[in-house]
Amino acid sequence: MGFRNRDIISILDFRREELEELFSVVDEMRKNPSAHSSALSGYLMATAFFEPSTRTRLSFQTAMLRLGGSVIDMAEVQRSSIAKGENFTDTIRMLDAYSDVIAIRHKIDGSARYAAEIAENPVINCGDGKKNHPTQAMLDLYTVKTLKNRIDGLNYGILGDLKYGRAAASLILGLALFRPERIYLISPESLRVRPEVREHLENSGVDYVETTRIEDCISELDVLYVTRVQKERFPDPSEYERVKGSYRLTLDILRAGKEDLVVLHPLPRVDEIDFKVDDSKYAKYFLQAKLGVFVRMALLKLILRG
Amino acid sequence: MEEELLIRKIREGTVIDHIPAGRALKVLSIIGLTGGEGMVIALVMNAPSQKLGRKDLVKIEGRFLAPREVDKIALIAPSATINVIRDYKVASKRKVELPDVIKGLLKCPNPDCVTNQPGEPIDSLFKTISRSPLRLVCQYCGEAVSEEEVMGLLTKG
Repeated sequence: MGFRNRDIISILDFRREELEELFSVVDEMRKNPSAHSSALSGYLMATAFFEPSTRTRLSFQTAMLRLGGSVIDMAEVQRSSIAKGENFTDTIRMLDAYSDVIAIRHKIDGSARYAAEIAENPVINCGDGKKNHPTQAMLDLYTVKTLKNRIDGLNYGILGDLKYGRAAASLILGLALFRPERIYLISPESLRVRPEVREHLENSGVDYVETTRIEDCISELDVLYVTRVQKERFPDPSEYERVKGSYRLTLDILRAGKEDLVVLHPLPRVDEIDFKVDDSKYAKYFLQAKLGVFVRMALLKLILRG
Repeated sequence: MEEELLIRKIREGTVIDHIPAGRALKVLSIIGLTGGEGMVIALVMNAPSQKLGRKDLVKIEGRFLAPREVDKIALIAPSATINVIRDYKVASKRKVELPDVIKGLLKCPNPDCVTNQPGEPIDSLFKTISRSPLRLVCQYCGEAVSEEEVMGLLTKG
């Protein structure tokens, strides 16, 4: 299945070969961005973010504009027709009639897949509910490939809220398309990966270890992917206070890691990575965000023009 | 058959046989029969069965099942057979079969699933991943449903 006119709903809808095809287009675009500056001239993307987002929304808008395309953006829910009581279905129908592709984020699980059913034009899921964020996984995998020259055979640590964090869950599922040496799932007990994610890892034959402490595996890791543990996820605030130190990455912790360990983060970061880490050799999250624009450029071009 | 000694034949209607023991009342409930409708209903529970060891059986006079009702029965009584009776004779007999895709029969247990949002014209949609043990997965949010959960999730009507 090619990319042309394809909905991008879950990383699980893709095969490894398809992601590799995408990555080769990203490589090409990075080498010579100006050659693609009018690739999507005459195309219009609608961004519909029912949940607050800066990074992903701007990343997609930047990607579209850099390819010579145009963007319309649905206002925040409070200022849009949703506030007047319009349902999701009608909103999607309207955006579909106006644009060539819809980039959507919504807090409801499965909303992107439903939007893709309603819309005739392709829909890109920019995060729905707690489950899927496929383009984040694509850019995370691409970043690893760029920095390490491979995705297979590496030890990964995924740190943070693995239960509700859709970026972490999507990356874990995306890694299962490749052959990681091992994935360390580092989280508080109460925020471990959901059963279906664990089941998917097992069915894919991926070696994984669940642990509560970064210190236990830091020396093994080639890639450390940090996400935030949100205070509001804990029913008991004292439990949060007790564990929060274990989920805050500092230079002290990193010193026990490999020389060429890379630290990634989907951003925005709050306080889960100490600012002192930013200037270290490990920190690659701002490069990751930059590469994300190229990944989305390649994706938009493949979807709209093939 | 043992149950023939207990209950008489029906003239027109439906016999639901080979229901797993103990589930006959649930079967009646999901097809909306409470006993207050006035039709003759015969119920045998925990009867000996060569195939199942023990089984339940239901006879309903003057009532035939819609395909949607048969699909619902398949969800909670996958071994059941449906006999259509006309003029005291078995006019047709078939085993229930759980479809690969189940649309609009079950409510997704995930309250945050798009199919549970008010004001949206959308039916639930489950894919049958496994028949024994029963395992269904919501095609929108990915939530899995087991056999024990199904009964509480069946939609009305």
